[in-house]
Amino acid sequence: MNVHTYEKIWLVASLFLIVGFIATVVYGAAGAGIAMVDASGGTVDSTSLSENERFGEPGVERVGDGEYEVTVVARQFMYQPDPIRVPADSRVTFYVTSADVIHGFQVVGTNVNTMVIPGQVAKITVDFDEPAEYGIICNEYCGQGHHDMEGKLVVVPEDEYGGDDA
Amino acid sequence: MTSEELPGEELFLDRFPDEAQVVRASLWSAFVALGIGALAGIVQALHRVGYVRFIDSADYYTVLTLHGVLLVISFTIFFLVGLFTWAVTRSLDRPVENIRFTWAWYLTMVAGTVLAGVAILGGFVDSIPISADVLFTFYAPLQAHPLFYAGLAVFIIGTWLAGFDWFRSWWIWRSENDGRIPLQTFMVLTSMLMWYIATIGVAISVVFFLLPWSLGIIDQVNPLLTRTLFWYFGHPVVYFWLMPAYLLWYTVLPSISGGRLFSDPLARVVFVLFLILSTPVGIHHQYLDPGIAEGFKFIAMTNTMFLLLPSLLTAFTVVASMEHGARQRGGEGYLSWLGALPWRDPAFTGMALAGLMFAAGGFSGMVNAGMNINYLIHNTLWVPGHFHLTVGTAVALTFMAATYWLLPQLTRRRLYSRTIGLFQVVMWFVGMVLMSNAMHRAGLVGIPRRTAEPQYDGFAFDAGLSSVAELDAQVAIGGTLLFVSVVLFLGNLIISLLEDPMEGTVDRSLPPALSGPEDSPEVLDNLSLWVAIALLLVLLAYSLPIGAIVADGGLFGPGTESYPVVLSWLEVVT
Ligand code: HEM
Ligand SMILES: [Cu+2]
Ligand SMILES: [Cu+2]
Repeated sequence: MNVHTYEKIWLVASLFLIVGFIATVVYGAAGAGIAMVDASGGTVDSTSLSENERFGEPGVERVGDGEYEVTVVARQFMYQPDPIRVPADSRVTFYVTSADVIHGFQVVGTNVNTMVIPGQVAKITVDFDEPAEYGIICNEYCGQGHHDMEGKLVVVPEDEYGGDDA
Repeated sequence: MTSEELPGEELFLDRFPDEAQVVRASLWSAFVALGIGALAGIVQALHRVGYVRFIDSADYYTVLTLHGVLLVISFTIFFLVGLFTWAVTRSLDRPVENIRFTWAWYLTMVAGTVLAGVAILGGFVDSIPISADVLFTFYAPLQAHPLFYAGLAVFIIGTWLAGFDWFRSWWIWRSENDGRIPLQTFMVLTSMLMWYIATIGVAISVVFFLLPWSLGIIDQVNPLLTRTLFWYFGHPVVYFWLMPAYLLWYTVLPSISGGRLFSDPLARVVFVLFLILSTPVGIHHQYLDPGIAEGFKFIAMTNTMFLLLPSLLTAFTVVASMEHGARQRGGEGYLSWLGALPWRDPAFTGMALAGLMFAAGGFSGMVNAGMNINYLIHNTLWVPGHFHLTVGTAVALTFMAATYWLLPQLTRRRLYSRTIGLFQVVMWFVGMVLMSNAMHRAGLVGIPRRTAEPQYDGFAFDAGLSSVAELDAQVAIGGTLLFVSVVLFLGNLIISLLEDPMEGTVDRSLPPALSGPEDSPEVLDNLSLWVAIALLLVLLAYSLPIGAIVADGGLFGPGTESYPVVLSWLEVVT
């Protein structure tokens, strides 16, 4: 097959580009330690969340020095708890699931963003260094009140943080 | 190519009158969908930004379902079957084997569309207990009326039969002719093979899970499983939309530019790559899904990046062919040959602008494909910003432009006004630059897609140096221009048909490629080999993730209920 010289150059350049893209993501995942949402959250029966050990009581829990776990239930058309309060300078792990249909959980202005699928638990860990207030929105269509589904995440200064489940 | 006097091929319509009728019917079905879809589009654009809200926000999602389904299922695929029928018939130069069979698949597709359409439109009328406000992705456990799923299944069966029709023509042609598969037929066959592989996913999801579930035969489904099966189909369908546009860019655009295709072998390579690589990538739509291990996402990403290759090769070939055309027309210089291209021809300008936008769409697509950056833009307005460049322009504008070129040979009518045609394609381009650019930027600041009122009580989006109001204005103006452009397109066509028929022939012959099929290895035409490789890759990419999803959550899910969209809303308000 005869391939024109320019075409060959273009082909090689394209392949470099492709390999380059893959390399940056590998670097992001392995080197810079950017974690992805994966299967580690496990599954849960969404029809009986109230009896579930974790999701029976959505809220914030301190699990170690500067480490918190936030359990969130998304349902048509709200999040529990709301607002979520965590202290600054902390490492927070969110466990998010849905009580009904598929929702989204996006902390606006950050790359904290996950799908919330009934039966599945999304687990994401984030560091919050500075006090701030963020909106949380559902970015997956979940029914006719979808556009009303929002929540709030407040990162309060460490010394003002009153404790769990605030 | 305006002069009717030009000696040329017999018109398609004269040579294959029955086939021309099917092609016309398919294209008209596509344009009806385009018209209604565009109406839904402008309603959405103006509603979202809050300029005009004459529908209830709850009905927004019915409109959006209509927009998605009509444009990316009906418009694109009806155009595709029309174009492919034309391409196979003319490139094999033989009529279809049995025109009644051809009409049968066309009518099957129409029936499917009508069923699904009725289910969707039912969502507007509260007194009718039918609705399908599930958007074109129909994620369970949101539940549509069974008519919706049935319509979808019927539609897909129609496309399968259409594929059989084209394969049959080729089989018979092969028994009577030697040599390579003609290029256009080759493109049709590889596209259809990809489609057969891709639709397995959605067929399983609809027939075994969603339809029985909506009929109450099974109680629940596994939402992650049906979602994964959807995306197994949902990515290759993207290429299914693109294939007819590629077919036009490779085989028609060079001739409109006044030249010849640069390389026939490379065109074949590109279509083979699409066949092999389009399917084992769907999980890239699920980077943010819990329940799928990171490794599987990574494999999908790697495959996706390699899928850039055929598109990059296409960019090369298309530009090289246009340059050849321009030089044939007397163009010279390093870049000044661009001026020698037939910019006054709406068919050319439309396709060229579509190609340009596709390049831009390719860049934003590369961002989507990166697993890590995806977190920033997933389900934000960035995503519709991206695919209005690809399917919404690269495909849609190419189809409109190609219609201008096809019109005489299908209808014996000349385009009523080339000026309006030219104005229309440029207007689409400008409208899309505005709307898509604003959508991309809105996505970067976190504004979500699929949302009737993306204005929230507890916080405001921070658009940095610009403002959300400015982005909104761009979406509204862009969306309006796009809508007007569709109206001009349809109006121009309808008036053309009212004109008197032309006399004589029109030169619509397609010259052979500069480097013909004889330069390419025979193995490229070995379709079974490519199908085997494609299936193998699909198995590698999907058996473990699907196995894990079923092992973790069960075939019918770890426990979920059903949410017929209308009922759940009633519960909320009462
Ligand atoms: C008149 C021209 C058009 C306008 C004004 C328009 C406008 C819009 C807008 C504003 C959205 C975002 C809605 C939201 O996420 O809330 C949207 C979504 C969409 N558009 Fe268009 N569009 C047009 C043409 C097209 C074309 C030609 C196609 C494809 C061939 C297309 C395919 C889609 C799809 C697939 C969606 C996503 C639907 C979903 O999220 O379920 N649009 N459009
Ligand atoms: Cu929602
Ligand atoms: Cu995709």
